[in-house]
Amino acid sequence: MIEKSTENQPQQQASAEARPKSRIQDAVIRLAGNSQDGIQVIGGFLARLAGRTDIDVMTYMTIPATISGGASIYQVRLGTGEILSAGDDVDVLVAFYQHSHNDHIGTLREGGILLYDLDQVQPDANDARHRAIGVPITSLTVEAIGGTAKDKGKNMFVLGLLTRLFDLDRAKLEPMLRNHFDKKGDAVVHGVIDAFSAGYGYDIGKFTEICRFESPTTTSTTPRIVMDGNQAIAYGAVTAGIRFSASYPITPATTVMEILRAELPKYGGTLVQAEDELAAIAMACGASYAGQPALTSTSGPGLSLKSEALGWAVMAEIPVLIIDVQRGGPATGLPTMVEQSDLNLACTGTHGDAPRIVLAPASVEDCFYTTVEAVNLARQYSCPVIILSDQALATRIEAWKMPDLRRLMRDLTPKFEPVGPDFKPYRITDEGIPQHAPPGTPVVDGRFPIVTGLEHDEAGQPSAQPENHAKMVAKRRRKLELLASRLPKAAVDGLSEGDVLLVGWGSTQGPIREAAGRARAAGRSVSALHLRYILPFQPGIQEILDGFGHVFVVEMNDQDQYGRGQLGARLRSAFSHPDIRGITKTDGLSFKVREILQQMEAKLAQSAKEQP
Amino acid sequence: MIASAKTEFRPRYTRKELTGNQPTWCPGCGDFGILSIYLKLMEKRQVPLEKIISVSGIGCSSRFPYFVNAHGAHFLHGRALPFASGISLSRPDLHVFVFTGDGDALSIGGNHLDHAARKNIKMTCVIMDNSVYGLTKHQTSPTSPVGFRSKTDPTGSLDRPVSPMKKLIAAGATFVARTNSHLPNHVLEMMDQAIDHDGFSVIHCLSECAQFYPGAFDKANPRKGGAFDLVPANHDVTDELAAYKLALAPFPGYFGVFYQTALPTKNALEARLIADTRQETGNASPLEVMTKTLQQFC
Repeated sequence: MIEKSTENQPQQQASAEARPKSRIQDAVIRLAGNSQDGIQVIGGFLARLAGRTDIDVMTYMTIPATISGGASIYQVRLGTGEILSAGDDVDVLVAFYQHSHNDHIGTLREGGILLYDLDQVQPDANDARHRAIGVPITSLTVEAIGGTAKDKGKNMFVLGLLTRLFDLDRAKLEPMLRNHFDKKGDAVVHGVIDAFSAGYGYDIGKFTEICRFESPTTTSTTPRIVMDGNQAIAYGAVTAGIRFSASYPITPATTVMEILRAELPKYGGTLVQAEDELAAIAMACGASYAGQPALTSTSGPGLSLKSEALGWAVMAEIPVLIIDVQRGGPATGLPTMVEQSDLNLACTGTHGDAPRIVLAPASVEDCFYTTVEAVNLARQYSCPVIILSDQALATRIEAWKMPDLRRLMRDLTPKFEPVGPDFKPYRITDEGIPQHAPPGTPVVDGRFPIVTGLEHDEAGQPSAQPENHAKMVAKRRRKLELLASRLPKAAVDGLSEGDVLLVGWGSTQGPIREAAGRARAAGRSVSALHLRYILPFQPGIQEILDGFGHVFVVEMNDQDQYGRGQLGARLRSAFSHPDIRGITKTDGLSFKVREILQQMEAKLAQSAKEQP
Repeated sequence: MIASAKTEFRPRYTRKELTGNQPTWCPGCGDFGILSIYLKLMEKRQVPLEKIISVSGIGCSSRFPYFVNAHGAHFLHGRALPFASGISLSRPDLHVFVFTGDGDALSIGGNHLDHAARKNIKMTCVIMDNSVYGLTKHQTSPTSPVGFRSKTDPTGSLDRPVSPMKKLIAAGATFVARTNSHLPNHVLEMMDQAIDHDGFSVIHCLSECAQFYPGAFDKANPRKGGAFDLVPANHDVTDELAAYKLALAPFPGYFGVFYQTALPTKNALEARLIADTRQETGNASPLEVMTKTLQQFC
């Protein structure tokens, strides 16, 4: 918790008691239990409450790969400033079981609060680093709602405890609970409220203080949405006009298809659960070819399989959107953990010279806007677009401003203007962008177009003529050059010249910016550059690199034999800079701010040793 | 159902207008016969030209769309059916035809065939089976008989062949027929029925490769002294077990419609789901639906 002070605060709410209060700006709460305890529900409500009270929020979770049961955690960081990461150290650890305590006590900062279930956990009595508060969570939940509390109720009890501990707005939270559980019937709603009230009303005499968030400095009037990255992608796609999608279930991307299955029919659209990943992208290509731009969502193993039809979409110049929610690889890898190791596959996967667009969202909000942009780019440049999200973004909850739907929503219903005898879909022009006539388009006195994966001439007819292939390959490449020239110039976070530039992409934006900020606060000359456009790169990157002595590319993948991760190697091949090195990690977990800073310092020390 | 365009005036087209590129098939190839029948049928039915879509995968058969002057898509090896499914499900106004071969449909695309069949996605699929890989010049195919000598089996094929009819019936295809391109009138009859079937209709059509497997289907060709046994007149096409028994007959087996059943298409089921869901939203505009949806996350 940042900037704590223990002075007495005047009473502001009836629910607040006259006891010492800490004014806090930021708190990291880690809930550790088993997956069936519903701890995500606690996190979800804290996040939604934060979204309604202009407190910034970011969550982080791990889920076990097992079907039911297994240890799981949910971490919520709440704050009144801009929250960039889920937090390195935990301020409050809620331990449901002994194993939860043992596995996570190491993450609790010194002086932090350990809130544990007195019925289940025996903390180390000699450990004086934390303030341990035992609450008989299990037995009090049973007392409140009956039953065994084995699977349910405890989460609501704990939500009540936390609401009291952080002096959160109970008046806003209770209706949210009622609303959420309304569908499950009165008995469930009563149970939820009883458990919550029991937790809220627990004698917190043992708490030395109540923490209260500072009032937000600004109160926005725009409502804020609280959702995770996969939700943002799904709703972004529908907003951009996607009405057909085909996918195959795969962790951690499945919720995208689940949402689209339920949502698309509301808009007259369809999601098809395909028999496999190959069929999923084939169906998406078919719908796109037929005039209705389509998407397919997957994770790394699926992207490997989709590489086949990705090449067809490049060759036939058909727009198709591929969502890759990355997980640890290769092969089946780490299905429930995070990695950014699909970048090379996304940029180069499939045989032949196959230019495509690759984008990487940096936050949940960005998942929405990147998806909207990806659909627009796929249509404009008539080629496949890959979005590289990841498991961390997929499961992270953030609060963000309601988008301007009136401006963003698109109707992509195909039109069938007749074409004449000289219609040629693949004219070789400076821009290289094709003009398709989807099936249903009348062709007056001419040859109907055939869209093919064979190399073809301007009319779309197969051609193996040497000069034609060279021209067509260049034509498809020019589309990316055109896009690159139209992209906004890359912008640095911090000074545009200095000692160190931390470069990143995707979900690592928050920790990288926080690391750069902390380093600057400590007097170091560190700036950050975050790339949303992975292929093609934006203009202005060379000039930015020129301004820094060291360029460290921070990414969650392994370094090559030259010490660079996947983006680092691509930057190195595209731009010239004497010192591009990687700050990489492969433990399947998101970057902590501290880890970035430690690796940065180690690399700088190494440089100083080599070049005194 | 394929319906002729009666609502608006259209000049009748002839098969000449429907003819595309000069076929690149070898002289004597059975595929010529299938193409010819297809053009004849479209001419007869006057299916609006711009609504015809021929889709194919990879192989000799899959060159088909180039030879038809209508919209066409030449997709990837084995994936023509899911590609065509994407077209069919997003564009119910089109008449989707898939032309595929034994390698394309029964080997690399075998799984897709099962699922297009069970989902009963509206389209007509013609499997042009020559029992050999022709485009890659004489390798064993999934329907090549045991002992078949090819470049990949110089001493004779060891693997038992796929039975297309057994596979199709088991997969749940709702219209399953068998014919032989040596008998154009029978091919026409099967295609005529197939395109009238509301669902996934599939025709297994023997189509001789004159280059690499000449005489493969002589036993099924009366002009070469073979037998062309039609499905018995008393066969009940809705009886799945009886259809399966017909499929068990040794080569050359039976020809005609083995199985046909009326089940709702995926196209119709999805359309119903959409209509019901739209009604639940009060047929609200996309902007209204999305605004309301996102507000629930606030």
